[in-house]
Amino acid sequence: MNKLLKYALLVFSTFTILHSCKMKTTESVVTGTAATKAYVAPGEYDEFYNFVSGGFNGNVSVYGLPSGRLLKMIPVFSVFPENGYGYSEETKAMLNTTAGQVPWDDQHHLSISMTDGEQDGRWLFANANNTPRVARIDLTTFKTAEILQLPNSAGNHSSPYLTENTEYVIAGTRFAVPIGEQQDVPISSFKENFKSTISFISVDKDHGSMNIAFQIILPGMDLDLSRGGKGPSKDWFFFSTYNTEQANTLLEVNASEKDKDFIVAINWKKAEEYVKSGKGKKMKVEYAHNTFDEETQQAYSKIENEVTVLTLEDYKDMVYMIPCAKSPHGCDVNPTGEYIVGSGKLAALIPVFSFDKLTKAIAAKDFEGDYHGIPVMKYESVLHGEVQKPGLGPLHTEFDGNGNAYTSMFLSSEVVKWNVESLEVLDRAPTFYSIGHLCIPGGDTKKPWGKYLIAYNKITKDRYLPTGPELAQSAQLYDISGDKMELILDFPTVGEPHYAQGIMASVIKDKSVKFYDIAKNKHKYVTMGEKNARVVRTGNRVDVYMTAIRSHLAPDNIEGVYVGDEVYFHVTNLEQDWDIPHGFAIKNNPNAELLIMPGETTTLKFVPQKAGMYPFYCTDFCSALHQEMQGYLRVSPKGSNVPLRFGIGESAPGVAVK
Amino acid sequence: MKLTKPGKVSIIIVGLFISTLWLFPMWDIQLGAPQYPDGLSMQIWINDITGDVDIINGLNHYIGMNTIHKEDFKEFVYLPITMMVFILLGLIVLLLNRKIYYYIWTGIFIVISLVSFYDFYMWEYDYGHNLDPNAPIKVPGMAYQPPLIGYKKMLNFDALSQPHIGGWFYLLAGVIMVTMCYYEWKKSKTVAL
Repeated sequence: MNKLLKYALLVFSTFTILHSCKMKTTESVVTGTAATKAYVAPGEYDEFYNFVSGGFNGNVSVYGLPSGRLLKMIPVFSVFPENGYGYSEETKAMLNTTAGQVPWDDQHHLSISMTDGEQDGRWLFANANNTPRVARIDLTTFKTAEILQLPNSAGNHSSPYLTENTEYVIAGTRFAVPIGEQQDVPISSFKENFKSTISFISVDKDHGSMNIAFQIILPGMDLDLSRGGKGPSKDWFFFSTYNTEQANTLLEVNASEKDKDFIVAINWKKAEEYVKSGKGKKMKVEYAHNTFDEETQQAYSKIENEVTVLTLEDYKDMVYMIPCAKSPHGCDVNPTGEYIVGSGKLAALIPVFSFDKLTKAIAAKDFEGDYHGIPVMKYESVLHGEVQKPGLGPLHTEFDGNGNAYTSMFLSSEVVKWNVESLEVLDRAPTFYSIGHLCIPGGDTKKPWGKYLIAYNKITKDRYLPTGPELAQSAQLYDISGDKMELILDFPTVGEPHYAQGIMASVIKDKSVKFYDIAKNKHKYVTMGEKNARVVRTGNRVDVYMTAIRSHLAPDNIEGVYVGDEVYFHVTNLEQDWDIPHGFAIKNNPNAELLIMPGETTTLKFVPQKAGMYPFYCTDFCSALHQEMQGYLRVSPKGSNVPLRFGIGESAPGVAVK
Repeated sequence: MKLTKPGKVSIIIVGLFISTLWLFPMWDIQLGAPQYPDGLSMQIWINDITGDVDIINGLNHYIGMNTIHKEDFKEFVYLPITMMVFILLGLIVLLLNRKIYYYIWTGIFIVISLVSFYDFYMWEYDYGHNLDPNAPIKVPGMAYQPPLIGYKKMLNFDALSQPHIGGWFYLLAGVIMVTMCYYEWKKSKTVAL
């Protein structure tokens, strides 16, 4: 009996102890000071602008750090009915491609322009994955200024990355595809016909305008994330590659066969010289080039039809392959420009290569073979060392400027801090859950601000209040100013962030445009002053020159428009003060609205299908009498003889006896 | 009787002080409201109005106040002429070198000042009371006369009216002249005839 009791007691106490063993939860991960570190008091500003890629929403979102507050959505590759981007006559052309107007894309990566390897905050470059394009966003107006389509590419994922002084924006193709005249080939002819293209887009120093300077054609493989060199390595560019097995089906298995893929090192300076000296061929291919002209406030789309291409015969000494473990996803260069970190997403270690060793090995011709004619370096000759047992599934590395590297581990759902020189693992911080990429403001430049790190995760599950099956992506903010990483904020993000850039607010905030000077408005259909508001008919096209000022639209009574007319409402916002936008919408218009900033002119098209009365109004709450800011458009049947008349107040048709 | 040395010097100083009216604004009006975190302001010069005049005009139309335009003010023609003549008169007083002319000169200054302030007050009165009957926002019995000097709250706006640099120098000039008159008069009692 005693034994049984003892036994029962033992079992009971075991269960009690096991039950009271709880695993570490978030509550125990966050310390008391986290709240003050993440809090930005009312009336104060965030320290950093955080530009975050929108992923499958096609836009770029802007957050403030450390508060994690959403400041703005910048429409880039997707139509944005909220402000008429992609709908207004002025912005439609931005989304033009050789396949017509494409209303959506997949936006993955961002790069802030640099001068001498430091962020200068002039432009933000963004890539479109699906219909390969690179966009340039003006950071004084936070508007998309230019979109350039990329020929000979597919799945523009390895993009956009910058050279140290923003001489070039580099965009690499993800999918190898057949290029040139004959593209209708069997898929299984991958090894013979499919090629990988890297585009080198030149950026004008003063205006930022982009042009494809040249493209380099490589043997077919998947190109993944890439980085420009810095300092000693500034003339070089490094790409991670996978599927060097050259599989075209079931890549999950077939592209993971080889133990090592490569990091492709390209001496772009040499490539530039080759092109200057006349090497390379001119290839006929069409691609769209769209620019938004701030003066005329109009987007223009041009179809380019030629590109300069460098192929294997042209380059003997500008491309080299460095073996890198297991399908590398990322390739990152530390602030000194000496170390190149390869993140093999299926590898259990992180190889770190030395640029100094690379140049020496190239000079000594220390090769272990070639890959379709490209010299392959001997792994040990270029290796600085390997970080052992860092975690599982390394994807992306950034730096804090104090000699430390931070790598995201997708499979083990953590951020790992390690020393670049000693390769010693210093700290781990869990992420919730399954981090993809991370961002340290300036962490990919010569001058990182080693204060904050943001983890962008792929799995959200229970982090926030549930919102049905489709959830926002989760992000965590860490304070990395001390020895150990400290979690200070957890916040949801819009779209799916793949990558982000952060910059000190002071670099941008004082240059931010408050409103447009109406005296500089050179829009073709601008209305300078209310007395010039009018309606003009040319055949079955009607142009309404409308002004908006608190609190009326002029003209606000329009008659003599017929069914089937193409009516263009050109609305000029006459205000010249901060934060007084006006909106415009008209009933039953299968179109979006307009948001017009002070000093701007924007156009909405309307083709009435039925006779009747169509009210229009200001859609953006602008003043105490915003509700009174409205008008009527009378549409008469086609062929009727209602005369064209317009006006406001005393000049409204019908008020004055004619 | 002849002017004292300080008396003669004061004419030069007063002339210089009044000349600052061409370099700096005379008067400053500050407006504040919650929606304007940076505030609004207007500066009145001897021959111009500067500052956020366009924005103030835009707001004014809601309550039916007249818009402010430089061209509407004849004062911007008369005032510079008047001040230049006054300074010239001062130089004449200096040449003639008699106390009596100094007293008259100060008297003229006081008259000009009173007329100017009265004119400013009347303009502000008209501006604040003579409202457009069709104004969108009508508050019964409300008038928007800005303060002549000092603070006043009008609807959601705080208004502060005060001299600007030029105005301060002008007032200082007046103080010097009046003080000098008293000094001259005192001195005239103690000088042997």
